[in-house]
Amino acid sequence: MQNLFLTIALAPLVGSILAGLFGKQIGRTASHWVTISGVAVSCALSFYVMKLFLIDGMASYNESVYTWLVSDGIKFEVGFLVDKLTAIMLVVVTFVSLMVHIYTIGYMKDDPGYQRFFSYIALFTFSMLMLVMANNFMQLFFGWEAVGLVSYLLIGFWYTRDTAIFANLKAFLVNRVGDFGFLLGIAAVLMYTGSLDYATVFAKIPGLTETTMQIFPGVDWSVITVMGILLFVGAMGKSAQVPLHVWLPDSMEGPTPISALIHAATMVTAGIFMVARMSPIYEFTTTALTFILFIGAVTALFMGFLGLIQNDIKRVVAYSTLSQLGYMTVALGASAYSAAIFHLMTHAFFKALLFLGAGAVIIAMHHEQDMRKMGGLRKYMPITYITSLIGSLALIGFPGFAGFFSKDTIIEAVHLSTTLDHATWVHTFAYYAILAGVFITALYSFRMFFLVFHGKERMDDHTREHLHECSAVVTVPLILLAIPSVVAGYFLGDVVFGDYFGDAIMFSESKNVIGMLGEDYHGIVGFIQHGIMGPAFWLALAGLFTAWFIYMKRPDIADTAKQKLGFLHKLLDNKYYMDDLYIKGFAAGGRLLGKGLWKQGDVNVIDGLMVNGSAAVINWFAGVARVVQTGHLYHYAFAMILGLLGLLSWFILGA
Amino acid sequence: MFADLPLLSLVIWLPIFGGLIVLAVGDRDPWGARPVALIISVITFILSIFLYTGFDTTTAAMQFAESASWIEAFNIRYALGVDGISMPLIILTTFIVILVILAGWKVIKFRVSQYMAAFLIMEGLMNGVFASLDAILFYVFWEGMLIPMFLIIGIWGGPNRVYATIKFFLYTFLGSVFMLVALIYLYFQAGSFDILAFHAVKLTMQEQILIFIAFLLAFAVKVPMWPVHTWLPDAHVEAPTGGSVILAAIMLKIGGYGFLRFSLPIAPDASHALDWLMIGLSLIAVVYIGFVALVQQDMKKLIAYSSIAHMGFVTLGFFISFMIFESTGSYSGSALAMEGGIVQMVSHGFISAAMFLCVGVMYDRMHSRLINDYGGAVNSMPIFAAFMVFFAMSNAGLPGTSGFVGEFMVILASFKANFWIAFLAATTLILGAAYTLWMVKRVVFGKITNEKVAEMSDVTGREFFILGTLAVTVLALGVWPDPLVDVLHVTVDNLLQHVAQSKL
Repeated sequence: MQNLFLTIALAPLVGSILAGLFGKQIGRTASHWVTISGVAVSCALSFYVMKLFLIDGMASYNESVYTWLVSDGIKFEVGFLVDKLTAIMLVVVTFVSLMVHIYTIGYMKDDPGYQRFFSYIALFTFSMLMLVMANNFMQLFFGWEAVGLVSYLLIGFWYTRDTAIFANLKAFLVNRVGDFGFLLGIAAVLMYTGSLDYATVFAKIPGLTETTMQIFPGVDWSVITVMGILLFVGAMGKSAQVPLHVWLPDSMEGPTPISALIHAATMVTAGIFMVARMSPIYEFTTTALTFILFIGAVTALFMGFLGLIQNDIKRVVAYSTLSQLGYMTVALGASAYSAAIFHLMTHAFFKALLFLGAGAVIIAMHHEQDMRKMGGLRKYMPITYITSLIGSLALIGFPGFAGFFSKDTIIEAVHLSTTLDHATWVHTFAYYAILAGVFITALYSFRMFFLVFHGKERMDDHTREHLHECSAVVTVPLILLAIPSVVAGYFLGDVVFGDYFGDAIMFSESKNVIGMLGEDYHGIVGFIQHGIMGPAFWLALAGLFTAWFIYMKRPDIADTAKQKLGFLHKLLDNKYYMDDLYIKGFAAGGRLLGKGLWKQGDVNVIDGLMVNGSAAVINWFAGVARVVQTGHLYHYAFAMILGLLGLLSWFILGA
Repeated sequence: MFADLPLLSLVIWLPIFGGLIVLAVGDRDPWGARPVALIISVITFILSIFLYTGFDTTTAAMQFAESASWIEAFNIRYALGVDGISMPLIILTTFIVILVILAGWKVIKFRVSQYMAAFLIMEGLMNGVFASLDAILFYVFWEGMLIPMFLIIGIWGGPNRVYATIKFFLYTFLGSVFMLVALIYLYFQAGSFDILAFHAVKLTMQEQILIFIAFLLAFAVKVPMWPVHTWLPDAHVEAPTGGSVILAAIMLKIGGYGFLRFSLPIAPDASHALDWLMIGLSLIAVVYIGFVALVQQDMKKLIAYSSIAHMGFVTLGFFISFMIFESTGSYSGSALAMEGGIVQMVSHGFISAAMFLCVGVMYDRMHSRLINDYGGAVNSMPIFAAFMVFFAMSNAGLPGTSGFVGEFMVILASFKANFWIAFLAATTLILGAAYTLWMVKRVVFGKITNEKVAEMSDVTGREFFILGTLAVTVLALGVWPDPLVDVLHVTVDNLLQHVAQSKL
């Protein structure tokens, strides 16, 4: 069994090493073959693992591979925990990764860094697999930072672009702020449970409900709440939740395949996965869950607004990703972990599809990303058009498409949570935020869709003449992703409401919204019928219709609105001034502080006053001493006599 | 067969006499000194490996011990021995010296034999510091070490080398004078200069405080700790690449080693009473110096400040145990912190060496250390850029590299003492990444900014070997640090037990 899991993790690593270190020797074709084979092996074996769970009824696997180090009686190990939660992540990660690998052959075919790119994405796949298969916090942190590293390398892949190397540094540092909290969370876990092994930690958590600690003197905090919030700070970085979201839109500087793989489907969902994995901790802290709910709701709604005014096709999808990550976070905050994971899965498929579709458009448009220069692409790119439509419908939660099932479950779950005993205003706010978000989602999604595929052809003639559908390495992944973007939703009953997750996710009785929803669940058809009666469906339709009306029927409305609501537009255009706060505030402030400490502290006080100052004092003494040392014998003789007199009188008087 | 050899004497005297031989060979044959120096350093390294393979991890007693009478009148002995703390540092020394000799292979064009000899003699003296069990022997090696370093900076250094050498010499010398006083005082209490006998000496609180401060002055300068750190950036800037490497990789560790060998076991109650000072200075090193590193324009200064910040974790790990005890009522977590500090010393030895070597590679081509003179180096030096990014990531403590291990252990342990200590220590995650990667962004990435950068050639085979060896080591220690940590356990436990017992 261990060999199976080792192979899943290591196969992409082998591919990555071969393509990375020997890419020049083995050439371009061999480089993509070794990495694709590696990921294909992982993907096939991941489906096999899924089969072992579903058909053969395999029990969870939890074993260590080797001991990283032992210190102070604490064992830090590298090991695998593979249960059904892991299995679903394995399938999603390896499948999307495989699609992206194949797609890359087409997208990067003229790029001089071809081998390097394949090496990076295979390395990413390895890191992500280590993250989801971890059975302890140490390895989780390993994977966590390793995916951050690859993300850094890939955002800055085109390293001569100033915007790219700005974006990757920004991404790494903002993520490090999250990791800072995450590491402290791990330290809290170790302090109060004495272990970093999931199973041991989870077993000890129920015994800690009464334990408190003081961070600020006089204020007692439940240690579980402290752990929960600190760990979630890590998730806020990785899963780009407000206010640590600022790196994700800029990460679009990377090549589109990695926007699909890393910044939409997999890496950014690591935070969601982590919180679901830690459900045995979070279920004991309503405070942390409410905090999560609030952050998620803010992200879901306010990031959606930003998607409305973007003109870069990738940035629209990026803000949509932020908003959808907010939905997942909201689900976590409402204790609907399985709904969050289910949305993670459907989102991985349809968002990867949308990104790759956007990438196909970008290829066809000769790397033009401005939607104002597109339009009418439908007839030139039929496969891209159809698959993007499927992706968009899935994203807005149109009944029958995957996103409908996952998103509606989240909305229902949050709605239900407002009626529970521990519900606060945050729950109500979250419910209305994600409901409003549905309208916004439909509006920006179809704004993009209409601007790109319908309407007037606004590109220049040269581009128009060369417009054509992309090659099979691009379209086949689109088609293969379009399929689960529809059908993945039909597993709702089994994955979310059934007993799929078993022990992998914990629910406490009082918060078990999914269990309560499950009682009313009577199959897919009933769910669709119920959904059509609910407000979410009508909001989505309204959004779709509004987009059609504004961008197809009356384009003047958009301009009028822009002028009338100038201040609002400015606020959105400046991304709520968050970037300014970070760059002009924190980053510039940090440099200023550094300069102050250096010039004032090191140079002036320590070196100037203490070091060179003491040298000056010595110099002065030496000068004085020089005066005394005249070289005249009678001066010395006189001094000796004075000294003798002094000593004598001291002896006599002292005795 | 090797067990019978006096291994410690060999790793001390072989390089010293080897250095003298290299001096004797001189520069008559321009290629004469280099291979001889390399062979001597490789043999020394191989000998030091036997210290690891023959090491008994079940005992805290000194191993490979040697003892002979030296100056009978004062009961001064030639006593050597290593435990789990000193043994890894000796191997670090012998390993790094090989790379330093290789790094100077072509770059050093005048007085080659003297350059090589200085490093070999330096190596023997540093090994002597780590292996000495007699305080006078220790002191002789400790002070002797200054001479070759003084010469290395003074002869092969940069334009402002005189100021730097004098600052370096005065700073370190001033500190060690106080240490000598403390050692002599301890001699009168213990009746010998045996360091292990010092550990057992009963001392009053007042004596302990004075002795602790005397040692602190000596060791804090070496580490260096804020505010006696300002000699380091100057020394690094003026030193040749090899000098910087030895300075950062090994000489700084001697300060950390001193705390473990002298301050903590000899003055445990003073260590306890003054732990707030040590922790405070350590955190200043992490936070204050982190910000200072951010704004440096000179790459070597930046890495020098980064070294000070990283050494903050060493001293934090060593002195946090008392606070853990006060906070939780047990010493559980102390060993994690102390071992983390030691791992950090070893790891920083590799990473700082690699960073300075990287700067050296660029300096050899451009003759500038200023960040602003560079930009877009990746275009002309892709392989070098890969190394540089890798070592930068290790410097920023990325998991999977050795830079992560020690910081991780110390942060986990210090959380037990106090949330805010861990909080401030963990800011290194952000600051370390900020100053290292911002430098990488400006030096390595981007468009080629000037013709000189465009003309830079990628690493040579020799440079590839040096950087590759370090990369493999850093990676191996990050993926599997247990072989290193394992040799520390018994020694650290023994030390902690000793420290936990009041001498009053």
